[in-house]
Amino acid sequence: MTMVQQKPENTVSNGLTLQQKEEITGWLMALPAMLLLFTFLLLPFLGAFAMSFTNQRLVSPNPTEFVGTSNFVDLLSLRIFTLEPVRDETTGEVVRDEDGNIEYPRLRTFTRNNPEYPQLDGMQEWRSWQTGETRTVLLATDVLFWTALVNTVIFVVVVAPLQGGIALLLALLINQKLMGVNIFRMIYFMPVVVSMVVVSLLWRFIYDGQNGLLNSVLSFVTFGLFEPVDWLGNPETAMGALIVMSVWQGVGFHMVIWLAGMQTIPQSLYEAASIDGAGAWQKFRFVTMPGLRNTGILILIVITMQAFSLYTQVQVMTRGGPVDATQSLVYQAVIRGFEQQNIAGGSAISVILFVIVLIISIIQRYLTRERSA
Amino acid sequence: MTAKTITDEQRQRNEKLDIIGRYALLIVVALIFVLPILFMIMSSFKPDDQLLRDTSSLRAFLPVGDLSLDNYDGAFDRVPLGRFIFNSVFVTLTTLGLSLIFNSMAGFAFAVLKWRGRNIILTIVIATFIIPFETIAIPLLLIVNQLPWIGLNGFEVGWLNSYHVQIIPWIADSLSIFLFYQYFRDLPYELVEAAKIDGAGFFRIYSRVFMPISGPVIATVAILKFLAMWNQFLWPLLVVRTEELRPVMLGVDYFFQLNVAWGEVMAYLSTITIPVLIFYLVLQRAFIESVASTGIKG
Amino acid sequence: MRMKKLVSLLALVAVLALGVAGTSAQDPVELSLWYHGAGNDAERSVLVSIIEDFNASQSDYVVTLEEFPQESYNESVTAAGLSGDLPDIIDVDGPVMPNWAWSGFLQPLEIDETLLENYLPGALGYWNGDLYSVGLWDAAKAIFARQSVLEANGIRIPTLDEPWTLEEFDAALVTLQETGEYDFAFDPGMAWTGEWYPYAFSPFLQSFGGDLIDRETYMGAEGVLNGEEAIAFGEWWQSLYDRDLAPGTSQDGADRETGFIDGRYAIQWNGNWAALGALDAFGDDMLFLPAPDFGSGSVIGAASWQFGVAATSENPEGANAFIEFALQDQYLADFSVATGLIPATTTAANLTENYAEGGPLSVFFQLSAEQGLIRPPTPGYVVMALEFEKAMADIANGADVIDSLDAAVDAIEDDIEANSGYGF
Repeated sequence: MTMVQQKPENTVSNGLTLQQKEEITGWLMALPAMLLLFTFLLLPFLGAFAMSFTNQRLVSPNPTEFVGTSNFVDLLSLRIFTLEPVRDETTGEVVRDEDGNIEYPRLRTFTRNNPEYPQLDGMQEWRSWQTGETRTVLLATDVLFWTALVNTVIFVVVVAPLQGGIALLLALLINQKLMGVNIFRMIYFMPVVVSMVVVSLLWRFIYDGQNGLLNSVLSFVTFGLFEPVDWLGNPETAMGALIVMSVWQGVGFHMVIWLAGMQTIPQSLYEAASIDGAGAWQKFRFVTMPGLRNTGILILIVITMQAFSLYTQVQVMTRGGPVDATQSLVYQAVIRGFEQQNIAGGSAISVILFVIVLIISIIQRYLTRERSA
Repeated sequence: MTAKTITDEQRQRNEKLDIIGRYALLIVVALIFVLPILFMIMSSFKPDDQLLRDTSSLRAFLPVGDLSLDNYDGAFDRVPLGRFIFNSVFVTLTTLGLSLIFNSMAGFAFAVLKWRGRNIILTIVIATFIIPFETIAIPLLLIVNQLPWIGLNGFEVGWLNSYHVQIIPWIADSLSIFLFYQYFRDLPYELVEAAKIDGAGFFRIYSRVFMPISGPVIATVAILKFLAMWNQFLWPLLVVRTEELRPVMLGVDYFFQLNVAWGEVMAYLSTITIPVLIFYLVLQRAFIESVASTGIKG
Repeated sequence: MRMKKLVSLLALVAVLALGVAGTSAQDPVELSLWYHGAGNDAERSVLVSIIEDFNASQSDYVVTLEEFPQESYNESVTAAGLSGDLPDIIDVDGPVMPNWAWSGFLQPLEIDETLLENYLPGALGYWNGDLYSVGLWDAAKAIFARQSVLEANGIRIPTLDEPWTLEEFDAALVTLQETGEYDFAFDPGMAWTGEWYPYAFSPFLQSFGGDLIDRETYMGAEGVLNGEEAIAFGEWWQSLYDRDLAPGTSQDGADRETGFIDGRYAIQWNGNWAALGALDAFGDDMLFLPAPDFGSGSVIGAASWQFGVAATSENPEGANAFIEFALQDQYLADFSVATGLIPATTTAANLTENYAEGGPLSVFFQLSAEQGLIRPPTPGYVVMALEFEKAMADIANGADVIDSLDAAVDAIEDDIEANSGYGF
């Protein structure tokens, strides 16, 4: 009865209910973008996913074969191996070198063509530690992959809070009521519009160990006390150098997001806080920070995603070196897929990266959803 | 009496000092951001040997020594710059325009309209945001090579070496959709109700009610898209064969011969960065005024 | 009425078809040529003049040129190979050729072999017994040094017959470093990443007695790239950087280009393309010395850019005709004059001022003829090059020598296995 009564109201000229119309319009409006996303993003990703289970080469006259999970097994295999110290054949005592360090047999005597240890064949040392007289070695089939994975995680874990935090400080700095502050806002944003390729080329001059600009500036500021550092040539400093440059390039963008967030906090809240006798820090702590919570979440998510795809800086500045200090997952995926023509291996890395980031974003969404509920 | 004037003077002096301090801090930070870019621009006017010598001192940032436009002459001789800039501007702006339409429509559909499958599809869209382009470039190349096209030469298969292969794959993107979705979702639903009563259809609500008040998110998406498209490198490298269709970033490689002409490199880099700066300056007001409104409501 | 229309339509179609057929019979066939020289005017002008001469010399074919920047040329060709739109004539880097031939990008050349009798071996690209590519020039490397500097430090000037030994060379570097006049005694060129590493440094390895791969079978590198000789080389290589005798991987490209000329590096390992600049700077004082003999003779890398015919070309006769046409001594000499590269024949060398007998660069021609060793002619070279580059960089940066070489061997052998032996 009610249905019948409602019908004339909700029926549109072509005989569809408003609900049906909304359904159809929704589909139609989403469809063009969804078709494009499907064809140019999802489909190639599914292609890469499928390839990661084959032995597909970039170019090759050989037929492609399904190889199951062997690409993933090669990437992920780890094994623990214990090395016993070298003992003097007659006395049975542990042999030590001149510094008093225990000597061990070289690992390659076990991992290379040793029929007694077939399971170790082709594995390399990734990490090792000493307990008592024995040395425990963590072996990996693909040390490079693990190094790249750890480096990428380090990059993300350092860059996300650092870049977000500095961006917040800059936003506070810019959020003052001073004349000409807009000009500074523009200047801080400038690196964002410069392409990462260009930035990386420029910063090679800045980081140069012989006559680089950074060394010159530091030496100038410290009246010549500063000892020049080969920033990109030293395994200790190379990743740090990439991090600083990446933050420099991207921080302006996130500053602007923070800034916009601050401007939406009602002025009345600050006035009320003043009346309650709150100082600058208390205002920041109890008015600004809570008001920026959602902004902060968005910024962290965006930086995390960007940081996981670390590639251009590595490609232009260090090519993964020195001694793998700046290897990254995407860089390895590209090197293998394009340069080594091992598109299956490269795709397997992409799939692993996708799964990692997916898990992180699910966790992120879960945590943020719970609190806002 | 006297005591009070002194405190007034002191307070004024303190205020002055405070303001000077604030500006000093702003300027020092500004230097950090501007110096590398200044180095690029100053170097573009210097001959190679001086440029390289200057990198070991603060002269690198100063317009000193033998300055000229020779590097610009050389760079424009080496690369068909006019053509490359035209290509980049054309590809970037076309993608940008289509991208704003398609992605905002999708964002509207996800945020305002109720339809079956909406949530699951939205989740997939957001997940695709994670895929780095480098890792799907080759499968994508193989796909576009199989797609049909009807152009001036009639029906053909394969999109390679064209403008459309540089444009169409980049129109839809999940981050843009997500930003539009967030913005639209937080606009008051009464807008929809009111328009419905006036007899407006959903598409009309989208185009006449929502889009006109979405300046900030449009500006945000426009700047992000402009930057991404202008800086395209790997994709055009894979799909463009002829020089007439190459964008500006492919020109950078023209300079890396065995003996790199660094002055010309700097001149070229400065030249291709300027259009982006201009685009940003044009949009920055709308942009900064609320990247926000997309951000804070996350 | 309707019939009339149909007839006239048919007639129109026929006229059009005839017209098309007619014109195609008269019009020459278009041959596309891809070249790696975008941004390099000197090479372009010579190549364009060859193309113009060829187009004018006959009426069957018209060659059109498409240029790509060298930095990303290989990627462009690979992408085109994947999508099946290669040109007719491809310019290919000598050591990469076997990979492209094996991948089915190239077909064997069919040119008159008598034209090639006088050729530097490095300019001829053979794989699997077939000639796939031929170059108009070769490149050679030498030790760049100044006579006055060596004499002032009591260092013997080596000759082609009697090059420096390992001990002599190493002692010379130490002496030069100890003068304190140089940032570094020796500049091997670590700034030039990529294929320069195997091109420039694998000859050192070979001179020590190692190699990138076992050239008997092309199936493995165990004991060759990580054998005793290779380890000895790796340890010496690492010591160059440990003792600060050479700038490491963080050297920037600008220092590489100007360091020797500005007197910040005492001696430099460089190619003949850089020779003219050095001669300009130092004139008669400039020496181009043969590579040291580290035990198994002096070795330098051979093979540079060459021309081949795409497997997909519909007009291989035309493509071959063009390549044959380009092999004239005059063009070889023109290229050499424009770029400083070594003409591929003695007769062409004699047409140039620099490489004619007694010319200032003629030493390079001898070096190329006597010491040139091509990089392993196998499709797997592409991966070997990357692995060797990584090992050299890692070792220079202090990684364990044996582990680094082992890792390279494993990666190379895995790649060969994954490609079912690359047809060997």
